[in-house]
Amino acid sequence: MSYDVNGATIEHDEEGYITNLSEWSKELAGIIAVAEDIDMGEEHWAVVNFLREYYEEYQIAPAVRVLIKSIKKSMGPEVGNNKYMYELFPYGPAKQACKIAGLPKPTGCV
Amino acid sequence: MATLHTVNKSPFQNQTLISCLGHTKAGDAVLMFEDGVYGATKGTALSDAVAGLGADVKLYALGPDLAARGIDAGRLADGITLIDYDGFVDLVAENDRTQNWL
Amino acid sequence: MSEIIKKFLYVNRKAPYGTIYAQESLEVVLIGAAFDQDVSVAFLDDGVFQLTKGQDTTAAGLKNFSPTFRALGDYEVTKLYVEQESLDERGLTLDDLQDIQYEDEDDDYAEKPSIIVVSRAEMADVMADQDVILSF
Repeated sequence: MSYDVNGATIEHDEEGYITNLSEWSKELAGIIAVAEDIDMGEEHWAVVNFLREYYEEYQIAPAVRVLIKSIKKSMGPEVGNNKYMYELFPYGPAKQACKIAGLPKPTGCV
Repeated sequence: MATLHTVNKSPFQNQTLISCLGHTKAGDAVLMFEDGVYGATKGTALSDAVAGLGADVKLYALGPDLAARGIDAGRLADGITLIDYDGFVDLVAENDRTQNWL
Repeated sequence: MSEIIKKFLYVNRKAPYGTIYAQESLEVVLIGAAFDQDVSVAFLDDGVFQLTKGQDTTAAGLKNFSPTFRALGDYEVTKLYVEQESLDERGLTLDDLQDIQYEDEDDDYAEKPSIIVVSRAEMADVMADQDVILSF
């Protein structure tokens, strides 16, 4: 199972999370987003970038409630709330955004 | 409010039994099973440490694991109570919590 | 979900990379945090090595999970008990450990230290105060 980015093959698991995190690129993110049926806007990128920074600092993809709480703190309550985040990523902000961000499945998502 | 502590590694291989004994409180029970039963024998370098706990902490060894290793009851240190699997279950049920010292 | 809050203690007694225990323990703590229980984490014996600063696993080709301890506060795991005697025996002091903090929501999000250094006798008290103890 793999994504195709300009002829390069990027392996992913059965749920679509890439297996080698260092193979991520913005182009790949766009391709995963299309597969997830998400039209990436500025707000989506802000969440994806936030996740990548969180992973860089803590080596972990946060659970959804942790993600929303952290986004609320860093970007404000108009972004960091359940309703808005589920509008951006209808199938789960942590799961979908992590996939697009090239991170593993969030830890602590039950 | 008492704790059952279990130890399943030989005290001659690592510090687990010693660490466990250092964290017991009056009324607690310590069960040695699998390779942990080597800690229940007398005349070893650790016998004093085990006996030093006194009567505040009850010490048990699992009979089937002693038998498997050829340790007869005569080699058990004083103050160790021999139990079988049913006794193990009773200990778990009698205590408020179990801490497995891995 | 149950309304009864239980006290859970995760006991860590192994060094971080020689076996999988430490990493598995951290993973279980993070997953368990979803269940809104009263969670504490204990570090004693070689477990104190898990919290040392300056871990760099690049050359060893392992995942460095030590930064993840600093995310525990986000998961509302804010009580990390570290045993003084275990530090002493290994030539370590609190300064050798990572600075791990959490934000206290009930105190205007003030940053407070998560690490609580306790004596061996106090650690025994912490253990005796739990409903459930999970060992790694």
